[in-house]
Amino acid sequence: MCFRCRTRSGATACGSGFGLTVLMVLLLAACHRENRKFEAPPGSDLAPTQVALNSLVAGQSSAQFREQQRHEYEDSAYHLSEGKRLFSYFNCTGCHAHGGGGSGPALMDDRWIYGGEIDQIYLTIVQGRPNGMPAFGGKIPSQQVWQLAAYVRSLGGYGPKAARPSRDDHLQIPAEQGKQDEPLRTAPAQTD
Amino acid sequence: MHSALQALGVQAQHIEVVWRTMLWVCGVMYVLVIAFLIFAVSRHRRASDSVEPQNDSSQVRRMSIALGSWIGLMTIGLFGLALTSFLTDRALVHAADTPQVTLKITAHQWWWQVEYTDPDPSRRVRTANEIHLPAGAPVHLELASDDVIHSFWVPNLHGKRDMIPGRPAQFRLQPLRAGLYRGQCAEFCGLQHAHMALDVIVESPQDFAAWYERQLANPPAVTEARATRGHEVFMTSACNLCHAIAGTDASASVGPDLSHFAGRRTIAAGTLPNDPDNLRRWLENPQRVKPGNRMPVVTLERDDIDALVAYLGTLR
Repeated sequence: MCFRCRTRSGATACGSGFGLTVLMVLLLAACHRENRKFEAPPGSDLAPTQVALNSLVAGQSSAQFREQQRHEYEDSAYHLSEGKRLFSYFNCTGCHAHGGGGSGPALMDDRWIYGGEIDQIYLTIVQGRPNGMPAFGGKIPSQQVWQLAAYVRSLGGYGPKAARPSRDDHLQIPAEQGKQDEPLRTAPAQTD
Repeated sequence: MHSALQALGVQAQHIEVVWRTMLWVCGVMYVLVIAFLIFAVSRHRRASDSVEPQNDSSQVRRMSIALGSWIGLMTIGLFGLALTSFLTDRALVHAADTPQVTLKITAHQWWWQVEYTDPDPSRRVRTANEIHLPAGAPVHLELASDDVIHSFWVPNLHGKRDMIPGRPAQFRLQPLRAGLYRGQCAEFCGLQHAHMALDVIVESPQDFAAWYERQLANPPAVTEARATRGHEVFMTSACNLCHAIAGTDASASVGPDLSHFAGRRTIAAGTLPNDPDNLRRWLENPQRVKPGNRMPVVTLERDDIDALVAYLGTLR
């Protein structure tokens, strides 16, 4: 016991010091969000073995593996921002836009054709899907596919909010467009 | 060579004038201040020995002359500095007014993308992490950044110019002598900021023209078995999703253009000298050589890595 704790005035100081220590330890636990893993730790970049794409297709998903991958990739701001970078590097935006969809389906809604779990999205990227989704298997290293899958889920608001990247500037209304809208919006006010 | 004190470009020489003027003005003033300080201290000692302070008018007059000339000296010094700075600024604006070479440099985390622009699209050249310039010729640079704020700095040739995302910047260089100059990112830009170097190779106009023609041509077709295998690996694994090689199907622009990779001096923006052993180390695990860089670990067989090294060695 420290000297301060034995004095009466020091007792409260020691108590708040203890509280601060507990707080710091709790804050440290949240640092997984900031942890940058440049190399995939063993086991974290494995491909899923058995995945049921939906309830109509045979197969069983490992809930434990899914949980592990979600924790590893979706809770990490680094993996999500890497996924976001790769999403435009590999021209996912060409078909899916920035999540809103185009010739490919939208990714920011809650409808998933081939399943919306992280391992299901992984397989969609690796295997490709009918009507236009190319197979990227053997082209994108496994860790990067997981990052992409985690980012795709974050587009729809899945995963912890604290780790998700913020919305891009180009998803906001351009300034000129906002100006064009202005006369329409102010028109009723002028007739008054 | 990497020194701001050795001016080997027209712009750097202008800046050197300011530097020398500042050094002399500030140096002389510093010596004077110290001399007066020593004088004052020793004078005070002598004065305290005498019984009564002498306060005659001649001393007051001497003092006011000294202070008056001191103020005059400061005014001249500061005015000189301001004038030098003004004239140098004007000279820098007009230096290298008629550029003969135009190139666009885009900074990425953590490498330099280089494109020589030409009105004729078939005469545009792409490379990375090195620029070749003809000695004596004015050069126009368009600077841009792809991600965060970087800064372009070749100390021997010019000062720094920040590269701010979304704000293209213009820059003029005019190197005077042939040589190898080192450039460096001068604005902290993330984890591997220190490993973001740029080779500036200034050569005679003939050598530059020859280099330019070599860059325009496709790299030679591979014939040797191991290099052919390397070509296959490059085209069928993750490499060609990011890198381009002229004359092949690989045409991605995410990573550095590798068309004439073997002709470059370094790997990964000055991180390692470009030789087969280092290249093998790099390909086995880029994240161990330059942690955090944008090239992911691509798992390949040992033989395939050797084949890739052989293939990349043929890209001249």
